[in-house]
Amino acid sequence: MKIKCKKIVGGIAKGKLLFSDQPINFLAMLDLKTGQIMDTNHKLNNLALKDNILVFPNAIGSSVGAYTIFSLKNNNTSPNGIICTNSVDITTASGCAISNIPLVYIEKNNYEILKNHYEEKGKNSEDVLLDAENESIILN
Amino acid sequence: MQLTREEEKAISGEYGEANAMAYRILVAIGEATDAQNLIPIKWAHVSGVNYNTIGDSGLNFLRKISEDGGRISVKSSLNPMGFDRRNIPDLPQDFIDKQLEITTYYERIGITPTFSCIPYEILPIPESGTQVSFAESNAAVLANSHLNLITNKESALSALASAIVGKAPYSDLRTEEYRNPTTEIVNESDIENELDYGLLGYFIGKTMKKSCTGLCNLSKKTDFWNIKSLSAGIGTSGSCGMFKIKESSKNNEKISFGDKEFKETKDELNTSEDGQIITFGSPQLGFEEICKITALIEGKKFTKPCKIFCPRSVFDKSEECGISSILQKSGAEFICDACTCLTPLIKKENYDSIITNSVKAAYYMKTSNKISVALKDVKTIVKEYSN
Repeated sequence: MKIKCKKIVGGIAKGKLLFSDQPINFLAMLDLKTGQIMDTNHKLNNLALKDNILVFPNAIGSSVGAYTIFSLKNNNTSPNGIICTNSVDITTASGCAISNIPLVYIEKNNYEILKNHYEEKGKNSEDVLLDAENESIILN
Repeated sequence: MQLTREEEKAISGEYGEANAMAYRILVAIGEATDAQNLIPIKWAHVSGVNYNTIGDSGLNFLRKISEDGGRISVKSSLNPMGFDRRNIPDLPQDFIDKQLEITTYYERIGITPTFSCIPYEILPIPESGTQVSFAESNAAVLANSHLNLITNKESALSALASAIVGKAPYSDLRTEEYRNPTTEIVNESDIENELDYGLLGYFIGKTMKKSCTGLCNLSKKTDFWNIKSLSAGIGTSGSCGMFKIKESSKNNEKISFGDKEFKETKDELNTSEDGQIITFGSPQLGFEEICKITALIEGKKFTKPCKIFCPRSVFDKSEECGISSILQKSGAEFICDACTCLTPLIKKENYDSIITNSVKAAYYMKTSNKISVALKDVKTIVKEYSN
């Protein structure tokens, strides 16, 4: 199945979906060495972004979060791709732009399809293909 | 996004790799925010200076930008770094060297080394309606809401790109349409001091999904410290970049901030009853705030160590007026060029808990530095911790 999305930063990425319905303050919450979210108030606490396709509303808080995304990439702990579901904020867009991490935006109805797929298949679902160049997310 | 022929040339690398990188960043943001074109800006305030926050990747990126010919084309100022340059503390040599290396690159790019997160208190404010580009979340919110300047809530990289190119994507809060709130926060609690305003701000950031929020049932005539705390709170917890204090509009969606919301917000951030050290300044203190603390403490001594973070120029002015010596006699220590938020000077190894009136400091101390925080307003802090 193919889901339409809007390209913000181009490229192609593969990975398992990692869903968060909460926004992320990259500077405050991320452990750069492990790529884990370290915030007991966050539902993804202790989970690592590495190798996944992160699906989240948008970034919040610090403007320096853009460098955090870049550091994750350099430390090989970044997500393979990012999907924003509320709005693509400037921190995420600029961080992905210099890190060459494919970044897309999806509309609400497409988000629901993606979420249903994730819930049906569970966390052990097959990798999805995020093809930012062709503005599509390909599910198995 | 529509680019001019000159902009197309720049992005293809005709004017150097640093310019091309700056345009690539701005184009990605233009795509993200549905901008039609780039517009000129008059002032960029750049964040991402503290080695604690940008690390080796950030350092290498800035070295490359500075070597690739990245130079500012508009007035540009800089956020705090990790320590006071004139009073270098006991930190690992590697940290000191790398921090100073970062500042060298920024200076090579041409950015004025203000090392301040309150550029609006130390540099002249352009005329009303001027487009600027402010990273540093408190400064972006305050510029839009209180100074009649126009900026999006920029990132460290977008402000750097705008400093080099002198332009920003024309979108979101840069357009009139987005500066008129369609949702409003209705204050129904007793907001009195700077801490209360900070808590209100933190609640707004967390709740408000739009770029601009209305704010009702709040006096327009309030202390500047309150406005600063409100802006810093909003910047810390959300993506909202502007508030408008106004009368309630019939058609707007409403969100209440009452005693329950106040208590929930405070309970989230106030993680300790007491602390080992008092810190003031996140955002850094301005001259007026330093005068206020002086008036409260004069003739008394702090019973706990107290660190005051402020810009160098604010400290110099306080010294000229003889105010800094009053505070130093009371046991306070001044730290210029740095800020409480993510400072390497307050670490878990040395402190379990701090006392502060700053909601922004409370959030970052708790989340990043893993230190507990006792949140109290400035009057209470001086009352409880001096004799």
